[in-house]
Amino acid sequence: MSANHEHHTPIPKVGTLVAVWAALIVLTGLTSAVSYIELGELNIVVALLIAVTKASLVAWIFMAVRHTTSLTKLFCVAGLAWLSILILLTYSDYSTRDWIYQAKPWATNKAAGESR
Amino acid sequence: MDASTLGMWTFLITEVLFFGGMFAAYAVYRNMYPEAFASTSKYMDVILGGTNTAVLICSSLTMVLAVRAAQLSKRRDLIIFVILTMIFGSAFLVIKGFEYHSKWVEHLVPGIQNFQYEETRYLHNAQILFFLYFCMTGMHALHMIVGLGLLTYLLIQAVRRVYHANYFAPVEMIGLYWHFVDVVWIFLFPLLYLIGHRR
Repeated sequence: MSANHEHHTPIPKVGTLVAVWAALIVLTGLTSAVSYIELGELNIVVALLIAVTKASLVAWIFMAVRHTTSLTKLFCVAGLAWLSILILLTYSDYSTRDWIYQAKPWATNKAAGESR
Repeated sequence: MDASTLGMWTFLITEVLFFGGMFAAYAVYRNMYPEAFASTSKYMDVILGGTNTAVLICSSLTMVLAVRAAQLSKRRDLIIFVILTMIFGSAFLVIKGFEYHSKWVEHLVPGIQNFQYEETRYLHNAQILFFLYFCMTGMHALHMIVGLGLLTYLLIQAVRRVYHANYFAPVEMIGLYWHFVDVVWIFLFPLLYLIGHRR
């Protein structure tokens, strides 16, 4: 962080920043509005898709990932990969634990899903 | 500068995994007790939660404008935008405080209070959701308080004319931290306030 080695990051345009802010506000309104519509399982999918979109906008523009080095971008992707390992493996473990008591869990689970 | 950016992102990734653990616990327990979790959503104030989301998004805009002001050596703008960010951040905490207060009055704080729940069949399992709610929003609020401390430091340094176009790394790094805390809330809001609140 030496004073005379500051990087040459382009200075963001105020218009871009305000546009991202407006998009984030609109998406917040959208996710709140959609949550009042009954979509069954799709509600959580829509909510998470909108959240991922908002987080990507914040990271890419506000946190200026777009102007960082490839190494920093690689670190961000690695962080996301580790996060998905944490959540997906934990979730798949817990959500399949009772399968051990079933003869053909994939078959019975599918049948149960269809009869619902 | 590239080194400090990379270092900051490395720290933020550890923070992602720290909050990720709680998100994983949330996913597992929601899958285990879907009805009990859905029944808690009517106690979540969507208006206050949504307002807080908007407040944090505004604070992110003023933060990124503060970084821009530092890049352009505009000391007065930098001071104004740091103060605005602090105002938005404090407003978030005040609103959060009102929410916590109403949970306390309704006896919905597990562990330190005699937990009471209208739908008695969910008495035990609903406590898990409220436990996660206080852990996740509490850790998030703690990060906000740390962020306000960092912004206070920025404000003092900005007043002392430390930052200019050739030296603004601390403004940028604290900005990254502030945006990260915003991103955590972007996920907390739909998961805690929105999912299942029609039932």
